[in-house]
Amino acid sequence: MMKPVAFEYVRPETLAEAVTALDHDDARIIAGGQSLLPMMNFRLVQPERLVDINRITELERIERTKTGLRIGALTRHANAARDPLLAEHFPIVAEAMGHVAHVAIRNRGTVAGSLCHADPSAEWPLLVTLLDGEIEILGSDGHRSAEPSEFFLAPLVTDIEEQELVTGVHLPLPAGPSGMAFEEVAQRAGDFAVVAAGAMVRVENDTFAEVRLGLGGVFDTSVRARALEGALTGQRARAEELEAALPLAIEDLEPNDDLHASADYRLSLVPVLARRALIRALHRATQ
Amino acid sequence: MTGKARITLTVNGEPFEAEVEPRMLAADFLRDELGLTGTHVGCEHGVCGTCTIMMNGVSARSCLMLAVQLDGAEVQTVEGLGTIRDMHRIQEAFHEHHALQCGFCTPGFLMTVCDILESLPLRTDAEIRDALSGNICRCTGYDHIVKAVRTLVDERDGAAS
Ligand SMILES: Cc1cc2nc3c(=O)[nH]c(=O)nc-3n(C[C@H](O)[C@H](O)[C@H](O)COP(=O)(O)OP(=O)(O)OC[C@H]3O[C@@H](n4cnc5c(N)ncnc54)[C@H](O)[C@@H]3O)c2cc1C
Ligand code: FES
Ligand code: FES
Repeated sequence: MMKPVAFEYVRPETLAEAVTALDHDDARIIAGGQSLLPMMNFRLVQPERLVDINRITELERIERTKTGLRIGALTRHANAARDPLLAEHFPIVAEAMGHVAHVAIRNRGTVAGSLCHADPSAEWPLLVTLLDGEIEILGSDGHRSAEPSEFFLAPLVTDIEEQELVTGVHLPLPAGPSGMAFEEVAQRAGDFAVVAAGAMVRVENDTFAEVRLGLGGVFDTSVRARALEGALTGQRARAEELEAALPLAIEDLEPNDDLHASADYRLSLVPVLARRALIRALHRATQ
Repeated sequence: MTGKARITLTVNGEPFEAEVEPRMLAADFLRDELGLTGTHVGCEHGVCGTCTIMMNGVSARSCLMLAVQLDGAEVQTVEGLGTIRDMHRIQEAFHEHHALQCGFCTPGFLMTVCDILESLPLRTDAEIRDALSGNICRCTGYDHIVKAVRTLVDERDGAAS
């Protein structure tokens, strides 16, 4: 039998109340609970105080800003998948959400919960890394923001301090029309990715104005294939150029062996998924 | 406070008020406090799907929610679907297609199907399998479950057009 140990339960209605509630030696936020409650049921995590942020409805909004879209922390995976603003500007989000867990878990799990859980195979950290997102954080000292490379430190470790909470993530719009695509291999539908790849391509005057490739499951955190991105920028926008650059995608990767796949298998998946994602993104960018 | 919290909710249309310890899981509340043992508990970490309920119109894992989080919610469990004499159409379709053997997984499947029939197009059998991927069945081999859902989807779409 697996049950959480006793804890104090606090349910703030506003952000200010939440920050106050977090002023405690051993407080933990619960959002969707889809990663935290399994750990509490196993007693791997035993917080003294649980701060339930589900009533802070202002955290659920997705809104247009001058330069992009702001996704509220409490946006559920299922709502992100069917949001019209995200569909218009970042169709890759709905594509990726199809790979996150299962229907009931997507109804409950949240964007910020996934970012803060920071599983190296999870889809949200990969999307935010690919899309140059800014993670918005509130603490007793006020607001700050963090880039993905500052925020994700190691598997399940982020830059969030004990008394802080993530309020949302800002995704800047690409500098021009672009194509995006997401690819993943998992053992079964809804499992965490063995390897996932997200691509974004912008074409101007028949050349690659910008190429981005994000990878999950192959390092301590989601990563960008900077060597490949740099090599392709300025090249003629052709599938052959993408193919030729693929070996650069595995540079500097250090995947781990685990229960789900060996490091070698993960590495062998990278060029396959990178190729599929890049070629589909190129196709969409030039349609 | 670690003390008990008072919650009010409706379950299958009936209002309830209760005092619960914050650490009590929603699944245990439904089963042990309300006596609604149709909601099953298998893995208690979100993997098997047998504890699936409908909460405020969408499916949720009752092992990954706390009873205090049901405060103010409208919950539907398998008991709210139908009875042996007066089955819900989803239950009839499972019955007609032999979509269960031991029945342990069935409540979770039925509640998942309530959700996906409303929320997903389910054009192909592959899409049905994907939508059911969060529910594990050790007996049927899934084929008959997929057939039952296919029938329900065809009825739904026939009625719509
Ligand atoms: C069977 C199963 C399969 C899954 N498969 C996948 C998958 O394929 N891909 C995937 O990405 N995920 C998967 N998940 C996890 C799921 O996506 C979770 O929803 C997600 O990881 C956590 O989001 P949550 O809102 O549920 O967070 P919670 O579980 O509530 O919290 C997770 C952590 O983040 C912290 N936290 C939450 N919100 C905030 C905030 N606003 N500010 C600061 N800290 C915060 C919590 O304190 C906790 O430490 C799966 C889960 C299950 C049970
Ligand atoms: S008991 Fe809830 S998913 Fe298994
Ligand atoms: S019918 Fe026995 S587990 Fe599904």
